[in-house]
Amino acid sequence: MKFAVLVFPGSNCDIDCYKAVESTIGQPVDYVWHTATDLSAYDAILVPGGFSYGDYLRCGAIARFANVMNEVKKAAEQGKFILGICNGFQILTEAGLLPGALIRNTGLKFRCHGTSLEVVNNNTPFTKEYSQGELINIPIAHGEGNYFCDAATLEELKANNQIVFRYAGDTNPNGSVENIAGISNKAGNVVGMMPHPERAVDQLLGSEDGKRMFTSILNAWREQHGAAVNG
Amino acid sequence: MAQQLTAKEPTAEQIADQRIYTQFGVTDHEYELICGFLGRKPNYTEIGVFSVMWSEHCSYKNSKPILKKFPITGERVLMGPGEGAGIVDIGDNQAVVFKIESHNHPSAVEPYQGAATGVGGIIRDIFSMGARPVALLNSLRFGNLNNERVKYLFENVVSGIAGYGNCIGIPTVAGEVMFDESYEGNPLVNAMCVGLIDHDKIQRGVAKGVGNPVFYVGPATGRDGIHGATFASVELSEESEEKRTAVQVGDPFMEKLVMEATLELINSGIVLGIQDMGAAGLTCSSAEMASKAGNGLELYLDEVPQRETGMTPYEMMLSESQERMLFVIEPQHEAQAKEIFDRWGIICAKVGKVTDDGRLRLFHQGEQVADMPVKALVDECPVYNKPSAEPAYFRESASIDTAAFPEITDLNGALEKVLASPTVASKEWVYNQYDYMVRTATAVQPGSDAAVVLIDGTRKALAMTTDCNGRYVYLDPEMGGRIAVAEAARNIVCSGAEPLAITDNLNFGSPEKPEVFWQLEKSADGMSEACVKLNTPVIGGNVSLYNENAKGAIYPTPVIGMVGLVHDINHITTQKFKAEGDVIILVGETKAEFGGSELQYVLNGAATGRPPVIDLDTEKKVQDAVLSAIQKGLVASAHDLSEGGIAVALAESCISGGIGANVSLTSDLRPDHLLFSESQSRILLSAKPDQADALTALLSEQGVTFATIGTVTGSSLTINVNGKAGINAPVQQLEKVWKDAIPCLMK
Repeated sequence: MKFAVLVFPGSNCDIDCYKAVESTIGQPVDYVWHTATDLSAYDAILVPGGFSYGDYLRCGAIARFANVMNEVKKAAEQGKFILGICNGFQILTEAGLLPGALIRNTGLKFRCHGTSLEVVNNNTPFTKEYSQGELINIPIAHGEGNYFCDAATLEELKANNQIVFRYAGDTNPNGSVENIAGISNKAGNVVGMMPHPERAVDQLLGSEDGKRMFTSILNAWREQHGAAVNG
Repeated sequence: MAQQLTAKEPTAEQIADQRIYTQFGVTDHEYELICGFLGRKPNYTEIGVFSVMWSEHCSYKNSKPILKKFPITGERVLMGPGEGAGIVDIGDNQAVVFKIESHNHPSAVEPYQGAATGVGGIIRDIFSMGARPVALLNSLRFGNLNNERVKYLFENVVSGIAGYGNCIGIPTVAGEVMFDESYEGNPLVNAMCVGLIDHDKIQRGVAKGVGNPVFYVGPATGRDGIHGATFASVELSEESEEKRTAVQVGDPFMEKLVMEATLELINSGIVLGIQDMGAAGLTCSSAEMASKAGNGLELYLDEVPQRETGMTPYEMMLSESQERMLFVIEPQHEAQAKEIFDRWGIICAKVGKVTDDGRLRLFHQGEQVADMPVKALVDECPVYNKPSAEPAYFRESASIDTAAFPEITDLNGALEKVLASPTVASKEWVYNQYDYMVRTATAVQPGSDAAVVLIDGTRKALAMTTDCNGRYVYLDPEMGGRIAVAEAARNIVCSGAEPLAITDNLNFGSPEKPEVFWQLEKSADGMSEACVKLNTPVIGGNVSLYNENAKGAIYPTPVIGMVGLVHDINHITTQKFKAEGDVIILVGETKAEFGGSELQYVLNGAATGRPPVIDLDTEKKVQDAVLSAIQKGLVASAHDLSEGGIAVALAESCISGGIGANVSLTSDLRPDHLLFSESQSRILLSAKPDQADALTALLSEQGVTFATIGTVTGSSLTINVNGKAGINAPVQQLEKVWKDAIPCLMK
């Protein structure tokens, strides 16, 4: 299985995503520059965190016009796995691949710390190795992670089981509607989340609860390709 | 506006007759010297260039005699002071690069941009050496948080640091914040950056090879930051607000691109010399690069990318627009360099040429507009041996017997007061605004004694900290200087690392005052003694003088930034108590030392008396013993005792571990002294029950004083003194007091 980690000017979690793929599942992974016009070689695309284009205008608002985003849209239509983390999530909403928007945290401050997430939907290629309702420890680091959508969209998200992660209990750090931390598209092959699973793959750094996102992706792909493996 | 100014640019004659040079901080004597070097009167551009090169900020003319005191060599030092940053060998062909720098005056006037560009500047110092920046730290000082202006400064300085560091993607992993009236109106904002480099990639700022082209990289030059270096070299005043234009504006996104492109350029192996444009922008970088190579330089100012129209040579040379670099390559590599910068979307312009005549010549619109000897600019600034005099307060204060102050009997109340003091209270409000995890290498996060950052692909890690208690330095500069270095080293040791070297930021008042100069001299003596004893040479640093407010000079604050090497990740140690039943051991001796303590400040609002006395031999012994115990795997937690003494150290280890402790102390001292004295060379350890004997045996063997004082247990902190109840409080309650203090004040 082959991974692409997109690199926009200002991406800064690209290296962390790359390292996480290598250390958790040891699959081939490439950095792919924002000007790329072909993603056909890749099975999964990671849109990393950071400050693409300095977050100027609005987070993700400029990145959505990068050449590579046309290819990301094609890949989404083809059912490939696409995971947007933090700024990557913001880019995917700006690009229309995921509904809603990320606005400023209610406290108006950047927040960086561990959070407890509830796995709401474990029936996605990204979460199959978690149990439903399981609490996992994944850190956040964002100033604009307050998920917002209108009431109709929210109903739709619920009806289609598109809410993948919620901040557990009363720990909502940013004012997100219904404590939403991560969502998927209808088909389930595109997920965006504000917390950083790639920062939670080593107990030495505080948590390894993010590892199973990567093993989930690999196993989901292998199942699709008739080569499921154990563990 | 600026157009009008340029139209009125005074002539060389007017500059001389009206003594216009004094507005730039140039003295009559210095002006005479400049005329001598030029063989004529300087024009407006030339006097501008000389004034910034001869400012304290760039020339160290007042502090050179002080800096000579520091030990700067050691078996691991690959590069000492003089370049962008110092470099220390950490084995396996790798080295660590680090430096601290102040942005105090800009932050006092425009806190967000002042702090942000402080961070941006220090990052450039690191990557211009060829190193990949891996961590940021900061050391901050403010007045008391009950003052609205102080709150505004604190809020926006933190926000500016966060804004820059988070965006560029370098984790802000450690630092310190202290609050004291002394810093009101003149906050201290010191930023430190740490980078990693392979030995063969180390760069220097030299303009090598006569005839080689000089390139400018980064965003276009504007009129921002003109005379920033001069501004940094005078006292702040009522008029400082008008100097807002001397504060630069930062663009971390741009710096991220410049950094990636520059590191790619350096890795390509074609760079002969490179330097960032920091203080005094194009002037300082070009003059220093030429000077270090013993060459001259020509600059064609029409080629300098400009953000505004009608900029004069004076403005271009003195602008401190951010995120710019200057480098020299051989002509045949021009296309290769341009390709790299094009890909990153960065301007790269050929603006000059290396010459052999030792002169800095500037050309604009077909004319030579300045012609100055490089050596005069860089090396010939007069060095001043300022008069020094012991301040009257020194002996007066030292004669106060703080041990005789009335006894505090409400020890629980005293502990809560100290925990709620913003200097001691949790800094979560601060560091949760910093991305301290990006690059996924931060093994010990902010809030412990020192941060620890892993080195990819090895079992090694770097520990890093900043430290200085300005109250101690004020009460006794020599002792305070020693303590600053020793405490930094103790923090490094507590995290499981061997102290390597320091970078220092000397924040002092005006050197024109003999009393301030005396503080500077004495504290440098103290620092040097500690550096020698602890084998941590000074590999670079920064001097920030003229830090004064309406009430006089700030507390002398020589901030120490220290980096240590964790030889194996198994040695990484934190301050938090780990498990029920662990044995608590106090290393070191407690004396009745109340002068300059946090409790004294909380109760009396002032620092008086004598600060704690440090014996460097004892300190070294304690550090060696504890590091050895950690490396042998005998230590579960280690925490340096500093502000608030034993009581606060125990509370912090309990709070961070989420567990209680039962402690019994016996002593001849008064209970309030015993619990809150800030005696030096003390470390709080805990050990698993089955390892406690081995640990105490090792400590005995190494000849250090220690006592087994209790166990980790339950959910309350209980401290009995001589069999009587001293402190007894639920850890949750202490945690609440400690964590809520700053957020409450900032609401």
